[in-house]
Amino acid sequence: MPGALPIADPAPLDGALPASVAVDSANRDWSVYIHVPFCRVRCGYCDFNTYTGEELRGAKRSDYATEAIAEIEQASAVLTQAGVAPRKASTVFFGGGTPTLLPVSDLTRMLAAARDTWGFMPDVEVTTEANPDSVDRDYLLALKEAGFTRVSFGMQSAVPHVLATLERTHDPERVPFVVEWARDVGLDVSLDLIYGTPGESLADWERSLDYAIAQNPDHISAYALIIETGTKLAAQIKRGDVAPVNDDLQADMYELADAKLAAAGYDWYEVSNWAKRDENPEISHASRHNLGYWLGNDWWGVGPGAHSHVGGVRWWNVKHPAAYADRIAAGHSPGAGRETLADSSKYLEHVLLRARVRNGLTTATLDADGRTAVAGLIADELVDARAAIGGTINLTLKGRLLADAVVRRLLADAPV
Amino acid sequence: MSPRASYTLEPASTDPAFIRNFCIIAHIDHGKSTLADRMLSVTGVVSDRDMRAQYLDRMDIERERGITIKSQAVRMPWALTDENGKEQSYALNMIDTPGHVDFTYEVSRSLAACEGAILLVDAAQGIEAQTLANLYLAMENDLTIIPVLNKIDLPAADPDKYAEEIAGLIGCDPASVLRVSGKTGVGVPELLDEATRLIPAPVGDADAPARAMIFDSVYDAYRGVITYVRMIDGKLSPREKVMMMSTKSAHELLEIGVSAPEPTPTKGLGVGEVGYLITGVKDVRLSKVGDTVTNFAKPSSVPLQGYSEPKPMVFSGLYPIDGSDYPVLREALDKLKLSDAALVYEPETSVALGFGFRCGFLGLLHLEIVRERLEREFNLDMIATAPSVIYEVMGDDKKFTTVTNPSEFPGGKIASVSEPMVKASILTPKDFVGTVMELCQSRRGTMQGMEYVGTDRVELHYTMPLGEIVFDFFDHLKSRTQGYASLDYEPSGDQEADLVKVDILLQGEAVDAFSAIVHRDKAYAYGVLMTERLKNLIPRQQFEVPIQAAIGARIIARESIRAMRKDVLAKCYGGDISRKRKLLEKQKEGKKRMKMVGRVEVPQSAFIAALSGEVEAGKEKK
Repeated sequence: MPGALPIADPAPLDGALPASVAVDSANRDWSVYIHVPFCRVRCGYCDFNTYTGEELRGAKRSDYATEAIAEIEQASAVLTQAGVAPRKASTVFFGGGTPTLLPVSDLTRMLAAARDTWGFMPDVEVTTEANPDSVDRDYLLALKEAGFTRVSFGMQSAVPHVLATLERTHDPERVPFVVEWARDVGLDVSLDLIYGTPGESLADWERSLDYAIAQNPDHISAYALIIETGTKLAAQIKRGDVAPVNDDLQADMYELADAKLAAAGYDWYEVSNWAKRDENPEISHASRHNLGYWLGNDWWGVGPGAHSHVGGVRWWNVKHPAAYADRIAAGHSPGAGRETLADSSKYLEHVLLRARVRNGLTTATLDADGRTAVAGLIADELVDARAAIGGTINLTLKGRLLADAVVRRLLADAPV
Repeated sequence: MSPRASYTLEPASTDPAFIRNFCIIAHIDHGKSTLADRMLSVTGVVSDRDMRAQYLDRMDIERERGITIKSQAVRMPWALTDENGKEQSYALNMIDTPGHVDFTYEVSRSLAACEGAILLVDAAQGIEAQTLANLYLAMENDLTIIPVLNKIDLPAADPDKYAEEIAGLIGCDPASVLRVSGKTGVGVPELLDEATRLIPAPVGDADAPARAMIFDSVYDAYRGVITYVRMIDGKLSPREKVMMMSTKSAHELLEIGVSAPEPTPTKGLGVGEVGYLITGVKDVRLSKVGDTVTNFAKPSSVPLQGYSEPKPMVFSGLYPIDGSDYPVLREALDKLKLSDAALVYEPETSVALGFGFRCGFLGLLHLEIVRERLEREFNLDMIATAPSVIYEVMGDDKKFTTVTNPSEFPGGKIASVSEPMVKASILTPKDFVGTVMELCQSRRGTMQGMEYVGTDRVELHYTMPLGEIVFDFFDHLKSRTQGYASLDYEPSGDQEADLVKVDILLQGEAVDAFSAIVHRDKAYAYGVLMTERLKNLIPRQQFEVPIQAAIGARIIARESIRAMRKDVLAKCYGGDISRKRKLLEKQKEGKKRMKMVGRVEVPQSAFIAALSGEVEAGKEKK
């Protein structure tokens, strides 16, 4: 048996990319992700790369926008060097952490740098994540005026005891206000929900769904809570202080969400994401930025711990803001590790990412074993028969709940 | 006390009058090997410097488990001094016998090579069931019995009590029961004196064609088969051609000698002597225990009575846990066969377990020893299916089928099934008689009688199906008697019984490794046990999986594994992709260790746990 592959190769200090990433680059959409690794407090379930004031080890929040802009400039040089075609950005996404913990001028400055560097497509989608208690109407207005088009609020739940278990500090009563302000200034609105929190009943979840739907957002994401190792919640469960997550209950919750959201006019377009149907069928409220991840597009991830993908090379930055600041100050790439995908890995990713997306995967792109496996998936009612006969893999409700199993079956005989 | 012999008698020219052949009958743990070691040092054949614990037990397993599997013989000098002060040297041949019930046949051959037997009993525990069986055999063979209590140095020793017990059994004076400590050496020279005085000298016709009885045959990687013999008549010499009387096969004697205890070549072996032969043969089957060796040039026409083929009683499938180890397992069995004439096997395939071998063993201990040797000497990880016995099944068409594996059980109407029975003797402290009787009855035993041994122990006699004994009976016996009860059994013919084959089905498909032949009254219990076990062991699938126990087409127990409803990671954004792909690659690797039963994916670990009963064991611990 061959030895285990190294987890990744080290990234070169100058961040240089191989020429292979340029191949066909003009035909791939281009996106920018900007990570903001700061939170006021860390929530018990969260394993994201984010830091509270005490954890920053000398890195300064106030310096961050300047550092991120420096990385954007590096990015431009590296891409040009590798021969990647100059492309206007289709989407920009500010994620965290809590991007809105920064002064709005920091966000608009970073966005301006991206625009100055690559230019934006006319229909560019610019999103920021926001905590309901970290923005007000003026903040949202400033975002809109700077070119943001969309805001995604981390609502998570409408039920106080669920929010308490998650250690979310916002008051659910504030959600209608921030949604209204955002809509008022002309931003598209998404609400993020989490279900399956220990102690959360099906009735609790229904209350949260109803509450979110009542705000009439353009988009709703609903994530089953994942207990990530190393989080406070994982430790609490291990100690027995908090009940473990129940998969069957989470399945019930997913089915309830899908039914309620569909009835309220939201269509699923990825296993955890629903977009409001627009009267104009030309308009979609799906997150184009996130679709870019699943469809294999190129993007540059700016900031500590951010991941990037360009033409079959994936890399990620050093995680800590202080280490990131040092690299940038020294004029080095913040890249920590990278992997250049072999064809077999590209195929694996193609299937595993696209299968989760409605109309994302065509049978024509499957290998012979994968195409054969589709028959069994139809028989087990995991993929929609009509769509499959038409050449598209669409997961049924049951299939979405078992998406990982579907992917394993599609890839059962594919080489690793 | 006698001194060590000042001169030793030359093999091949020793007057039989000065030869003493004896064995030691003892239960496991009663200190036989320690006593044998002590005799080696007292007689001076092994210097104290070379002494290692259990010198005569060659295999690692023997030394570790403290039990003797293959017997050995060793020649030791000893001297008696008469009233005139004249010293007479003797040659003592000690034949070390296996102590376990699985090896009764080998024990009986060892006994046939002796004129005397030392009955060795732990002075703190008293006599045990297997010892009784072997003592009975020795007395049947008219051996002179030298009763000895060992471990008298132990604080818990109660020699007076157990001397009474022994005296009651063999009809001697309690005062004549010797008391020794193999550990400290106390009483050992006196024991040798007594044995030399009391055990009769062998008798035989020195001028007749040679007849030597093979009482052991071991395989040595360097020398080939080493055959241990006891000379009855005539003489065998180096380089001469000899013949095995049962097979008529002829071999040249490359070497002949005695164990002292290292192999020591001699000018031959004469009447009454015990020694070894090397012919260059590589397979113990060509040198069978119980066979008679004679001169090729002038052969005897009358073989010594006693040879019978070893007959496997217990069967089990052995499968490598890693399927690619199958050739290693085959090679390992081929090698073990060279030194273990009783081991039989043939290739077998199981849906659940892949490629393996159906193996036949003399008994459970034999199975365990073979398995342990395979694991240790050949570095194999294995799973053994539940042990089974030989059933004779008659269909409605009067056709007989011999079944050693439940998968061979014929379908269709069954007229009768007969199973092997044993006479079981269980020796237990009297406080546990009730619980032992309960156990035996639950295992379809029929009581044949019971008697006191000494004042506080009882020997219970049962006839029982062997199939019940091979299925964890011994474990239950031990745990219900705090480890005190001992068991001996011997075959006792066949008997018809209402036996059925219970299949375990996963999604309608029988899992061969779990099929079992059980009594109809127990079929339901077995079905419930196995379906519950599997329910707890098999991970949820994308569909509901019924687990059924069935007799033929009739379902007798049913469980089901609910379908898995959720198997999806909620989030998969930019930073999750590499991690997610690696997870998928790992799952694909893991799938190689899955076995498919129909459409059901079963981790091999689940089969192993279900076969070994880890499920309930785990529950009890909680």
